[in-house]
Amino acid sequence: MKLIIAYIQPHKLNDVKQSLMEAEITKMSVTNSLGCGQQMGFTETYRGAALEINLLKKVRFEIAVNDEFVDKAINAIADGAHTGAIGDGKIFVINLEQCYRIRTGDTGSEAIG
Amino acid sequence: MKNNNLSWSIVSLMGLSAGIFAAGFAGVAGAAETVDLATAVVKAGEAAAGAQSAVNFVWICVAAFLVFFMQAGFALVEAGFTRAKNVCNIIMKNLLDFCVGSIAFFVLGFGLMFGNDVAGFVGSSQFMLSGTSPATEAGLWNYAFWLFQCVFAATAATIVSGAMAERTKFNAYLIYSAFICLCIYPISGHWIWGGGWLSAMQTPMIDFAGSTVVHSCGGWLALAGAYLLGPRIGKYTADGRSKAIPGHNILAGALGVFILWFGWFGFNPGSTTAANSTIGLIAVTTNLAAAAGVISSMITAWVRYGKPDVTMSLNGALAGLVAITAGCANVSPGSAIIIGALAGIVVIFSVEFVDRVLKIDDPVGAISVHGVCGAFGTLCVGVFASREFGGASGLLDGGGTALLTSQLIGVATVFAWSFGMGMLLFSVIKAFVGLRVSRTEELRGLDIEEHGNEGYYGFQIYTTE
Repeated sequence: MKLIIAYIQPHKLNDVKQSLMEAEITKMSVTNSLGCGQQMGFTETYRGAALEINLLKKVRFEIAVNDEFVDKAINAIADGAHTGAIGDGKIFVINLEQCYRIRTGDTGSEAIG
Repeated sequence: MKNNNLSWSIVSLMGLSAGIFAAGFAGVAGAAETVDLATAVVKAGEAAAGAQSAVNFVWICVAAFLVFFMQAGFALVEAGFTRAKNVCNIIMKNLLDFCVGSIAFFVLGFGLMFGNDVAGFVGSSQFMLSGTSPATEAGLWNYAFWLFQCVFAATAATIVSGAMAERTKFNAYLIYSAFICLCIYPISGHWIWGGGWLSAMQTPMIDFAGSTVVHSCGGWLALAGAYLLGPRIGKYTADGRSKAIPGHNILAGALGVFILWFGWFGFNPGSTTAANSTIGLIAVTTNLAAAAGVISSMITAWVRYGKPDVTMSLNGALAGLVAITAGCANVSPGSAIIIGALAGIVVIFSVEFVDRVLKIDDPVGAISVHGVCGAFGTLCVGVFASREFGGASGLLDGGGTALLTSQLIGVATVFAWSFGMGMLLFSVIKAFVGLRVSRTEELRGLDIEEHGNEGYYGFQIYTTE
């Protein structure tokens, strides 16, 4: 079992959701997040004055998957989020020790699926 | 305003009593000198007329200021009923269409609308208020009248903004704003208000404060614009099912509707353009229609959707107001309630029809509220007009179908004109400038992409749908 964490551009959320659906990955958690990478923020002007914004709005995905879905999930996220421009985002994959479904008490692979 | 009216009536009373006193004095001085008496009576009359003229100036200006405030109402309704990521863009559109429209109406629009008539089709003088002299009272009156008409033109212009919200290029919108006030609105307005052919028919068309002149004109332009733009991304599923895209601030939207309602007390009663005794009655019909519109649209929404929907109830108020605008001086208060209530029902079915059948994406319901309810209200004058109130007789007052026919001709020709000109104008803009922002720009929001600003800096906002 793996936990996939991805940061993407907010306006690509729909595209990523769409490609995840097509890869039959339908369970996910999405949150707004702030962050910066190579994109280094941007400068906004407000009433004529410059305003530097370091932390950019991003969307964070958390998806817990069984091993056979890891590549499919990564490809789907990358497909949906890719534009080729700096700021497209990153995908992290970490081992997931245990999963427990509160309603039924299922654990492990069964609880994820 | 009440105080204003009061103080002006005191002034006119004083003028009158001074005149009568002078007349009495002349009588004492020499009863045989009837010439003096006559002069005194004339003077008394002049004093009263002067006071009446002053009150007229005050009333038309106060009404114009109220109608100007409706711009704030439109801005709030449109901003509230759309998403947070486009709020700066909505505000800029509402700010700029008033500014561009004011200047366009000054340069060309007013002359085309109220200048010397050419063949019943268009006016041909008074461009840039030429020939208007500040040295004469008639000239000064023309300035006041221009202001009053200018805020009406800007109202027609700003209607379109809501229907085309969240996806229109800002420069394309600026071009449109100039053209509606330069020529589209003024020419059809001339036919009805400027002495043109619709007002010269055997039974003249009645559009007292502009259900058709202002609201339908804007509504049909909005129809053309929204149709050529296409729906917002995510509005329709692949199989054509309509999805809701909720507005981000119903509080702002509701405040906007209250402000519009308030402004309408200048829009309708102000259209007397004179401080006479009918303004109270007109305010009554205006208010009753709005109230009935809210109640009927709320009940209709409650029955159809299971809950008393807030935005539909708010649209109901505007529907009632738009519908009564044509006939506010010609129908009884009872008829006003019927017209408003029917408009409240019409607006809901119209919103559904535009959304689900025509599949035209109108985020704030401008096409239904202004176009459809404006046409509906104009036709209602042909049915409900009562001789007792405004002098004209509709179908139910025994006037036959003559007035209804005139109303129908007016509604149909203004539809053909404004929708046709809208299709032409927006097609030309689309070909040369482009009408719609890019997909990425639309998804990220027009605030950042078009204006480089954020409407709610420091707030966490989901700008992802």
